[in-house]
Amino acid sequence: MKAANVFFNFEITGESHTLDAYRNRGGYGALQKALCSLQPIDVQNEVTASGLRGRGGAGFPTGMKWSFVDKMSPVVYLCCNADEGEPGTFKDRWIFEHSPHQLIEGVLLAAYALQVRHAFIYIRGEFDLSWRRLKEALAEARSAGLMGEHILGSRFSCDIIAHRGGGAYVCGEESSLISSLEGFKGYPRNKPPFPAVKGLYQSPTVVNNVETLSTVPWIIAHGAAAYKEMGTEKNSGTRLFGISGHVRKPGLFERPVGYPMKKFIYEDAGGIEGGKKLKAVIPGGSSTPLLLPEEIENLTMDAESVQAAGSMLGSGGTIVIAEGTCMVRLLHVLTRFYAHESCGQCTPCREGTSWMDKIVARIAAGRGQSGDLDSLERITRGIMGNTVCALGDAAAMPVAGFLRKFRHEFEFFIEHGCSMYGGRLEI
Amino acid sequence: MSCLKDKFDRYVNDGGVPEGGLAPAEPVPAGVDLDAFDALRKTYPEQMASSLVLPLLQTMQEAKGHLTESDAVFVADYLGVPAMQAVEVLSWYTMLYSEPVGRQVIKVCRNIACSLLGAERLIAHLEHKLGIKAGETTADGRFTLMLVECLASCGTAPAMQVNDTYHECLTEEKIDRILEELP
Ligand SMILES: Cc1cc2nc3c(=O)[nH]c(=O)nc-3n(C[C@H](O)[C@H](O)[C@H](O)COP(=O)(O)O)c2cc1C
Ligand code: SF4
Ligand code: FES
Repeated sequence: MKAANVFFNFEITGESHTLDAYRNRGGYGALQKALCSLQPIDVQNEVTASGLRGRGGAGFPTGMKWSFVDKMSPVVYLCCNADEGEPGTFKDRWIFEHSPHQLIEGVLLAAYALQVRHAFIYIRGEFDLSWRRLKEALAEARSAGLMGEHILGSRFSCDIIAHRGGGAYVCGEESSLISSLEGFKGYPRNKPPFPAVKGLYQSPTVVNNVETLSTVPWIIAHGAAAYKEMGTEKNSGTRLFGISGHVRKPGLFERPVGYPMKKFIYEDAGGIEGGKKLKAVIPGGSSTPLLLPEEIENLTMDAESVQAAGSMLGSGGTIVIAEGTCMVRLLHVLTRFYAHESCGQCTPCREGTSWMDKIVARIAAGRGQSGDLDSLERITRGIMGNTVCALGDAAAMPVAGFLRKFRHEFEFFIEHGCSMYGGRLEI
Repeated sequence: MSCLKDKFDRYVNDGGVPEGGLAPAEPVPAGVDLDAFDALRKTYPEQMASSLVLPLLQTMQEAKGHLTESDAVFVADYLGVPAMQAVEVLSWYTMLYSEPVGRQVIKVCRNIACSLLGAERLIAHLEHKLGIKAGETTADGRFTLMLVECLASCGTAPAMQVNDTYHECLTEEKIDRILEELP
């Protein structure tokens, strides 16, 4: 397994995010190459051949998503999903703060492949430095002739519009993002039709994550074959893996896909805080089912391996939980989150998330009742597969996982009215 | 401007306001810079006026602190979209405030990674220090304390924002220092 770096390949200084610095490390070379010597379809084919899969959570093959778009449509839109809100995930923010031009180049390459005149970057409303860095970078790109009319003197014109969200987790879901970008509350839409067929203002629209798009310049510059050499056979390249929770050195690491999870936790992140034992790992953001220590023994960080272990790699944010943590109160943190973020459009999710939260809150307050755990399980089954968007499943999966793997802690709390672990979240 | 005034007159004179419904738009709400509105509008494609509802409300909130229903109606009229749409947007997005907030809005993350590293302890510390509960504003209008979900700082948890500026790897002492340095 060869490992080059697509992201962590420069030294971070006070200037490294600027256009000059990006150009000095070869930036915008891929755009220049594409505009001079590649047809739009060549760019798409290269991305398809690279095996790049979406980094936003679902892992859909990027080139294939692009191929669904009817290129003869009078208008095609591109939306970069920068609503980064999945708890445990903090990678897109790094890209904005340290390499915003890499994203802009990626957006322009995707826009060229898809023949997009107006591309949007839908960025989380809370982001502060990220937002300023993006605005500065867009202004720099425009004055350097890298954005707007006739980019680098070619026949390709494209504008990128940065659009700030309003503080809603669900707006990271692609159809909700589109509703929000059209100026409405962020209600997700039924699929099909998929955005690639009918998206923003009813036109074909590609929605891609920040990390996905920021990878495209590397692929065009170094070739699909070089990208495919990294990672596993079905999952090429590198990813920005975040690690947080009870580890000594939390942070963001670029590692080839298929990297061993144990090595990630015990070497890169320095092991568990205070030398404690591992209790559980959430492998891909808060919505993915948790795994026990024995389940990560030989786990590698690629979609297939994590799926075989019964979870998902999602957005690549690993959350580590040490022995001594109260899983009941920890689940309550999550049920509260999903109940708060449900958009309220469909009944199973609106009612289900709030029932789950009330029941878990009740248990965590020492007032649980017998039958509560069965009710919770029934509610998760009622939600899964029965909602407009995947937020419903994302809310139900952690509940089902916590109950499956730590049922005895919930039973103890209900029976004794108190936590097996003194209600601790911090260790 | 004159087209805006026409709209306003029509609104009032033709009974455009539903009974007991939306508040009528003021001509131009105080603090609103129409040139800034026009400039922002020019950055979006012509046919996408509707997309500007949220950006204009955000711009307005920056100037006014919080927004009222009539502000939303004003934005809707300016863009030529249904008033209800802007009013819904105002009430749906948590970052748009329909109530006055303090000069310093403190948003503390209460989600999983921060909780594992002591968010509850820090929230209790802030509540004690400010003498208010989460969701409240101090009597002098200086601070509002809010609890928010993951701020994408999980690797540098626990985290909070003060008026959008991130503060990470928080401890009680660090919070005390941050509060002392605020204007
Ligand atoms: C509730 C919910 C929240 C999501 N949040 C995000 C997000 O913050 N960022 C993101 O890129 N994708 C998010 N997604 C996934 C998007 O719907 C979509 O799959 C992704 O942006 C596609 O980009 P990709 O193919 O490059 O991964 C979310 C999905 C759901 C159901
Ligand atoms: S599943 Fe939940 S968040 Fe998604 S559309 Fe339905 S109510 Fe809204
Ligand atoms: S959980 Fe607090 S920043 Fe992510």
